[in-house]
Amino acid sequence: MTILVIAEHNNAVLAAATLNTVAAAKAIGGDIHVLVAGSNCAAIGEAGCKIEGVSKVMVADDAAYAHQLPENVAPLIAGLAKEYSHVLAAATTNGKNFLPRVAAQLDVDQISEIIAVESADTFRRPIYAGNAIATVQSSAQIKVITVRATGFDPVNAEGGSASIEQVSGTGDAGVSSFVGEELARSDRPELTAAKVVISGGRGMQNGENFKHLYSLADKLGAAVGASRAAVDAGFVPNDMQVGQTGKIVAPQLYIAVGISGAIQHLAGMKDSKVIVAINKDEEAPIFQVADYGLVGDLFEIVPELERLV
Amino acid sequence: MKILVTVKRVVDYNVKVRVKADNSGVDLANVKMSMNPFCEIAVEEAVRLKEKGVASEIVVVSIGPTAAQEQLRTALALGADRAVLVESTEELNSLAVAKLLKAVVDKEQPQLIILGKQAIDSDNNQTGQMLGALTGFAQGTFASKVDMEGDKVKVEREIDGGAQTVALNLPAIVTTDLRLNEPRYASLPNIMKAKKKPLEVLTPDALGVATASTVKTLKVEAPAARSAGIKVMSVAELVEKLKNEAKVI
Repeated sequence: MTILVIAEHNNAVLAAATLNTVAAAKAIGGDIHVLVAGSNCAAIGEAGCKIEGVSKVMVADDAAYAHQLPENVAPLIAGLAKEYSHVLAAATTNGKNFLPRVAAQLDVDQISEIIAVESADTFRRPIYAGNAIATVQSSAQIKVITVRATGFDPVNAEGGSASIEQVSGTGDAGVSSFVGEELARSDRPELTAAKVVISGGRGMQNGENFKHLYSLADKLGAAVGASRAAVDAGFVPNDMQVGQTGKIVAPQLYIAVGISGAIQHLAGMKDSKVIVAINKDEEAPIFQVADYGLVGDLFEIVPELERLV
Repeated sequence: MKILVTVKRVVDYNVKVRVKADNSGVDLANVKMSMNPFCEIAVEEAVRLKEKGVASEIVVVSIGPTAAQEQLRTALALGADRAVLVESTEELNSLAVAKLLKAVVDKEQPQLIILGKQAIDSDNNQTGQMLGALTGFAQGTFASKVDMEGDKVKVEREIDGGAQTVALNLPAIVTTDLRLNEPRYASLPNIMKAKKKPLEVLTPDALGVATASTVKTLKVEAPAARSAGIKVMSVAELVEKLKNEAKVI
């Protein structure tokens, strides 16, 4: 049994989610190979070789793979997949974009966002916004799976000594092209990997008021997230959204500020170790999942909290 | 140009679902059902493209039980021209749905296919991408903006770090994210008119599609419940608890 893990990266840095995905592969058991598909991505290949538990890294370096357009990378992965028992990718927007395309090319079902491995063919995954957990079994020859990073502790990024091999695919399928991208810049830790996350909701009232959360976050070394209401109201960009349709986080500490706690928001954060809710409405559903709740005006509480921590 | 839009009948997004006592699934008896929210956004986008003069016809398709006709009628009331129901009582996986859609695409030959990015029941986020593989069409998933530019469609996509724009050859597949648009409500006159619009019913057999799956659900359980927490009276008490009790800061 050999498992293929598709590396998540931006051509410069290997994303942390890859380490969680390798951890899921380890839980399945067997040899683990990593595929790095990108352009000028030799450094990622080298980083991949150092991941604990990986025995081989394949690098497909081609301009066509620069932005991992699914039309281009899916045929590459599907071509290699035939030698493997499992193909895994992180359930990032990237993994979610290309992996179902790979599965359909292989004519197998995909299992999305697993949070636990029961055995080599049986996995657990959340459904209905995390309100139910399904245990599913696959009889497919090749099991194609996306992995929810927060379900698995990352393996060590150092200590491995995998061999490296260059591979090639069919290159550019010629049906799509990359036009541009606009990335939000932040010095704070990445939302999905942060130990502490502070999120603001509609109760923040405007984007300007998020500065209170930013300065508290800087003091705690935390990332800042948001509810859908805050994103839709234009307070903050959408890549900060935590929830069923945004990012899934499971930090040590999650501080929800001015967030009521709709089902869709809870889906993205209820696996956090400790949840703190700060809300003026003591009936808000967020208090039903919060370990520590504080009822009051966030504009008084947040600055005071910043002073005291 | 012809646009094909897909809709799925799912549990209403506001319903707090309950797992059945025998762990065979989620209890759907007497629960409010609605159109999947991402599918509403897909229908809205198609209607807007028609209003802009880009689209000439909107065909809406659903795959599911007879009752999914309700959701198709809703889409017709919102502005779709005609509907196709591929009737199946089985619970179908995304690959089977994608194969059935491929058969409908072959029949209808649309230039643009708009789907929701995921259904809020199975949370799979697979069907659009799988249809992409089966048809060979380009895909613009998690779209927050769709613009036609000559013989291409430009799609702005929501990605983890921000936004990305791709250009796709037609025919193409787009899956909708929440921020693509704000869906409209159907007016009563439009709901009445929708009753007269054509609705064709097909079966997987008639389309010659096998829907067997390699994945089966062994059991469905409620997630581990969080134990009820406490309310603290002051910020000082909160900080003290976080430092000494929870030890997270």
